[in-house]
Amino acid sequence: MAETKPRTLFDKVWDAHVVEQLPDGTCVLYIDRHLVHEVTSPQAFEGLRLAGRKVRRPDATIAVADHNIPTMGRANGIQEEDSRIQVETLERNVVEFGVPYFPILSPQQGIVHIIGPEQGISLPGMTIVCGDSHTSTHGAMGSLAFGIGTSEVEHVLATQTLLQKPAKNMLVKVEGTLGAGCTAKDIVLAIIGKIGTAGGTGHVIEFAGSAIRALDMAGRMTVCNMSIEAGARAGMIAPDQTTFDYVRGKPYAPKGEALDRAIAWWSTLPADPGAHYDTVVELDAAAIAPMVTWGTNPEAVVPVTATVPNPADEQDEAKRAQLARMVEYMGLTPGQKITDLKIDVVFIGSCTNGRIEDVRAAAAVAKGRKVAPGVRAMIVPGSGIVKQQAEAEGLDRILIDAGFEWREPGCSMCLGMNPDKLTPGQRCASTSNRNFEGRQGPGGRTHLVSPAMAAAAAVSGHLADVRELA
Amino acid sequence: MDAFTKLTGVAAPLPMANVDTDKIIPARFLKTIKRTGLGVHLFDTLRYDAEGQERPEFVLNQGPYRKAEILIAHENFGCGSSREHAPWALLDFGIRCVIAPDFADIFHNNVFKNGILPIRLSREICDQLMEDAKQGDNARITIDLAEQVVVRPNGEKIPFEIDPFRKHLLLNGLDDIGQTLQHAPSIDSYESKQQAEKSWMPGISV
Repeated sequence: MAETKPRTLFDKVWDAHVVEQLPDGTCVLYIDRHLVHEVTSPQAFEGLRLAGRKVRRPDATIAVADHNIPTMGRANGIQEEDSRIQVETLERNVVEFGVPYFPILSPQQGIVHIIGPEQGISLPGMTIVCGDSHTSTHGAMGSLAFGIGTSEVEHVLATQTLLQKPAKNMLVKVEGTLGAGCTAKDIVLAIIGKIGTAGGTGHVIEFAGSAIRALDMAGRMTVCNMSIEAGARAGMIAPDQTTFDYVRGKPYAPKGEALDRAIAWWSTLPADPGAHYDTVVELDAAAIAPMVTWGTNPEAVVPVTATVPNPADEQDEAKRAQLARMVEYMGLTPGQKITDLKIDVVFIGSCTNGRIEDVRAAAAVAKGRKVAPGVRAMIVPGSGIVKQQAEAEGLDRILIDAGFEWREPGCSMCLGMNPDKLTPGQRCASTSNRNFEGRQGPGGRTHLVSPAMAAAAAVSGHLADVRELA
Repeated sequence: MDAFTKLTGVAAPLPMANVDTDKIIPARFLKTIKRTGLGVHLFDTLRYDAEGQERPEFVLNQGPYRKAEILIAHENFGCGSSREHAPWALLDFGIRCVIAPDFADIFHNNVFKNGILPIRLSREICDQLMEDAKQGDNARITIDLAEQVVVRPNGEKIPFEIDPFRKHLLLNGLDDIGQTLQHAPSIDSYESKQQAEKSWMPGISV
């Protein structure tokens, strides 16, 4: 029997969703939850319309606009015409196809990967997809969650399935206790630094070990969110009591006896003893320092105490050229101390770090301090619910008094497709997930950091070691 | 989707690793509700300067490569975002085949859905093809999907691997959704079984 072979968390969730296996090994995989946003869905709905197809499971689908909406003054509507058309197109499509939608001015609106778990729409053991690579975030629930392109969005809308082959299993084990000032963001940046931006290609990563167990759900989501930056198809963390406590009481989560039955099944999902992983990577949490990316992919990362690497030290010619281009684009000098890099902008938010815990971490550093002269610091809650909660705790006052802009929820400056953008040459300490050339605006220079490190940079005027601000 | 059978064309050499989807098509061009028209913005920041003028040093701005149908690159091509605008921009420009040592997973999935063939070949072979490609118009490369070979300008045939199911879809220009709907009875019975076994799973309504 297949059941006797020890299985990983990924194997179990995968097996539970195979509708049919085709002769060549391709599976028709059932999808439990489909999250839809304005940027990657218009062509999918258009495809359905042209083929005369319906959305098979509107009740397993949720739509929200997040990528290109402004994060200030949105009650006045969207000024940029292309963005407005895209959001209006989504609003027309959800009506035409009967898809549930959180309107822009509702408190449930927010970044699609923040609202899924927050609303209890994303649950353990589910298959979850979205036309966005950071769908890996939801894997923190113990679900199999991954990004898809627009053709696959259309495929899921029409069939509630995808054609997929199973991925390989990778185990990333982080044991020990994180040092003061270090967070989930530093863990995942350290992992990417170790395995590289293509280190997870073809794999689903399961994050495990005592340091991962010790993370709250927000931290787990930060870690899984950036699995894609290591090239992995998805990231997952086995559901445990922390997960169950988080799910309990969420608006769309099962309740009462139904929740008990769900938890009974979710409790069977952690990997069996002896389950096989194709690749195993181990890290020591105590050895992780607050991390800062210096280059233009997330693998170009160093501890905040380090200096800018010298491309001349690289033996491989192609890599040396790539490093040299990074140094040039980022406006750096090899050997320069990371903490000597002056910054122009601080962005705290995104699906990586836009949860209430992230706002609290930023406020804890900002409290009683002031944003340094010449620095623009913005904080963008990940959802209307996060914003309300922060305001109820008075965090908005602390941040505004310190000189931060307190904005409305959305993807904001993570990806430069709404009014929040860097201008050429601006240097930004950002809690987002990608430091690619031009990602935050053409010519912009991104340093990825944790929320506490971003706040430390804001009040210091340069990249700074948050441990020295204590 | 157009079928992909055999292609002979100019190959553009792009000797870069980790070409991310923001590089292929920056986010500011994703505000479209159509699949077409993105070719002009393909590799926008590499291709144009801040004033929108072509950068003469970029390969797609040079003579024969303006009509390239094949692109040859280095490792981890297409990493980053899931945006299908990346394959749409490639296709709209005229690229029907990308050859690289490896591809990021989501991009690799996405190109197949648009009739573009991604071919994985070793770095060494990619570098040989890169040298061929540098001869521009004088060195056309042929891709024969049915035979699963890349034919170099000197006639040398280089075999490549491809998933048989994806090959079938590409050769015949078949729509995935149509394929999957042949399994509709299995999907129906899966849903019935799930409703019974996972009755705790709530539906979404607002």
